[in-house]
Amino acid sequence: MSISFPEQGWFKAPSAGERLWIGLAIAWCLVLTLAMPYWHFKGKQNSTGEAYRVTPAEFYQRAQKFIEAYKVGEDRYTAIVQPPPGTDVYLTARMWRWDPVLKLKKDQTYRVHVGSMDLNHGFSLQPVNMNFQVVPGYDHVLTLTPTRAGEYSIVCNEFCGVGHHTMAGKIIVEE
Amino acid sequence: MATTANGLAALEGHVPDEEKPGFKTGNHAGQVRTCETTGLPVCLTAQRFIRLNAVAAVVFLLIGGVAALLLALTRWPTVHLLPADWYYRVLTAHGLNMLILWIIFMEIAILYFAGTTLLNTRLASKGTAWVAFGLMVAGALAINGAVWSGKADVMMTSYVPLQAHWSFYLGIILFAVGALIAVINFLATLYIAKRDKTYAGSVPLVVFGATAAAIIAVVTLLHGAVVMIPTFLWSLGLTEAPDAAWYRLVWWGLGHQSQQVNVCAMVSVWYLLGTLTTGAKPLNQAVCRGAFVLYILFINLASAHHLLVDPGVGAGWKIWNTSYAMYLAVLASMIHGFTVPASIEVAMRKKGHNKGLFGWLFAAPWKNPGFSAFFLSLVIFGFLGGITGVTLGTQQINIIAHNTLRIPGHFHTTVVGGTSLAFMGLAYYVVPLIFQKEYPAKALARLQPFVFAGGITVMAIAMSFAGSYGVPRRHWDINFTGAQFSAGFDSTAHLMMGLVGIGGTIAFVGLLIFLLLTVAAVFFGRSNAGKKMEAW
Ligand code: HEM
Ligand SMILES: [Cu+2]
Ligand SMILES: [Cu+2]
Repeated sequence: MSISFPEQGWFKAPSAGERLWIGLAIAWCLVLTLAMPYWHFKGKQNSTGEAYRVTPAEFYQRAQKFIEAYKVGEDRYTAIVQPPPGTDVYLTARMWRWDPVLKLKKDQTYRVHVGSMDLNHGFSLQPVNMNFQVVPGYDHVLTLTPTRAGEYSIVCNEFCGVGHHTMAGKIIVEE
Repeated sequence: MATTANGLAALEGHVPDEEKPGFKTGNHAGQVRTCETTGLPVCLTAQRFIRLNAVAAVVFLLIGGVAALLLALTRWPTVHLLPADWYYRVLTAHGLNMLILWIIFMEIAILYFAGTTLLNTRLASKGTAWVAFGLMVAGALAINGAVWSGKADVMMTSYVPLQAHWSFYLGIILFAVGALIAVINFLATLYIAKRDKTYAGSVPLVVFGATAAAIIAVVTLLHGAVVMIPTFLWSLGLTEAPDAAWYRLVWWGLGHQSQQVNVCAMVSVWYLLGTLTTGAKPLNQAVCRGAFVLYILFINLASAHHLLVDPGVGAGWKIWNTSYAMYLAVLASMIHGFTVPASIEVAMRKKGHNKGLFGWLFAAPWKNPGFSAFFLSLVIFGFLGGITGVTLGTQQINIIAHNTLRIPGHFHTTVVGGTSLAFMGLAYYVVPLIFQKEYPAKALARLQPFVFAGGITVMAIAMSFAGSYGVPRRHWDINFTGAQFSAGFDSTAHLMMGLVGIGGTIAFVGLLIFLLLTVAAVFFGRSNAGKKMEAW
């Protein structure tokens, strides 16, 4: 009984049924244990966690420079920026907006630096549904290759104050 | 003993017996009664604190439950009940009252029970138990005061640099210190039982599981101190803000491991209720205990799965933690998921329920809410909770799930459909045996676990689907009214959010039945002192 003292000599080897189950469970765990590194190296979508410490002020300066260099227009008081493929791209999160609107080319690779000016934010790309954490004090580098043209929204999915649900930005992918 | 339905007859062999390994003379100095139903010795001091902690747990379950209904009705798009600021406030209150206050008060009650009654000993220190309880209550009140007065709209995770009023952090610290003192009192009780030789040989399995929970709890609460004390000092303006990524790492050392405390406590309750309701015996003590040891050793590392899409923690660290470390803890749950139902099967077959492969299951005491709550908890946790948990802990899947509703969808099957439901099942025995009061309206009580389990299952599955479409958690308006750029989700996602509302409301009804019956039993129930408890 689970609430009474076990008989003397309770330590005995598992029975055949138990051995079978534990064996299967261990085998399954081993498969998944190996699958984790396998997927990381073979898979096409990973979170490598590439990040650098940066103060919000510094990140802001880099982002401003980036916007000035490649700005092509404006939409709802927000710069539209079209960086050449392969360059470093900056996306700033602050309560409660994403800056700027990015115009990217399909099948080109970009290093997107995401940083926060104030609190934690959540980079949530919709409708593809890819999500990354944005932590103040860190420059989080996402190496992205858009594979489909269209308009995407970036919504914030980490609580960042009472205007959190109004925080939405935009990425445009062109052929 | 005539009882059959609740299986207590099977406990007869449990009466103290000098010949067998087991009870020697207790150390109670008169402060003890013998339970008429089980024959177990109940330390009267421990009994008082089991009662106090259980009552506190139920009070906070009530607060958290009202909050739950408000949240479900807000995320149901056609109802959208609360205004935004109140939604975030109530969400903060719900997480804290449920996950921290209801669960931990209940766990302290379980520790006091397992440490004393099952080891035939008195509680180590009455004064310490008062201090622990006082601190926990003071902390709980401070937390609720800060949250409900709008000074702590920061969610239960309170990620810095989002800042709450200092009384919020102080409340958490007081509560955690109180809980730590209670855990130490439990460990001291194990010590004096050994010292006074109140038993010989090894401790019962339930005590072993509770001890595993207690050990993990100590490590957890230390993480809590490391993260909360600097945050508290910062809220007073004395120090700089802690690093935001460091905070997330250490906070999840607290937040994740406390879930393992919950799992250990829940599995112990499964074994306990299995015995109380069907007379089940663990088939192999070594296997069951070994699985608890796996929890202690490996769960700490698995806390990484909260940071799989974070900056600042590298790929190697993520791979290590999601592969080797996580699966050794998963293995433990797989083992319990076999041994617990197997012990029920063996017990039922011994009683002659041998028809077919599952005859034993149909013949099980489903009318006993102690059994149905326990078995539904096992099924919900094992299948829904386990499968969703393991998938979310995969690096790549986490990218499509992080901070979406898939996450609350997962943990409402573990800590709610699993742990909370098991604890409700436990209450159906704690009230008659420790409060010595009978439940009224037993027919309603029999129904309760099914209503709650059904509602939670619908809500959790709907949350998981909505999350797969990208719907964020902790989010007031998935239509993004007033946002700078338009965003939103399609009609399937809205349909799922409707089901979240409906399932949540059903679960709330189940919760309410539990609360009303339990309060009615404790305060107005028929006393069964001096008698056996009525069969369920
Ligand atoms: C009637 C039962 C319950 C219902 C209907 C319910 C419903 C909900 C809902 C709708 C949310 C909000 C999800 C969101 O918008 O992000 C939520 C969050 C949550 N619930 Fe429950 N819940 C119930 C019971 C519980 C219990 C018993 C626990 C813990 C033991 C619990 C723990 C939590 C936690 C930790 C959160 C997340 C809070 C946060 O994001 O900070 N719930 N619940
Ligand atoms: Cu945000
Ligand atoms: Cu946000």
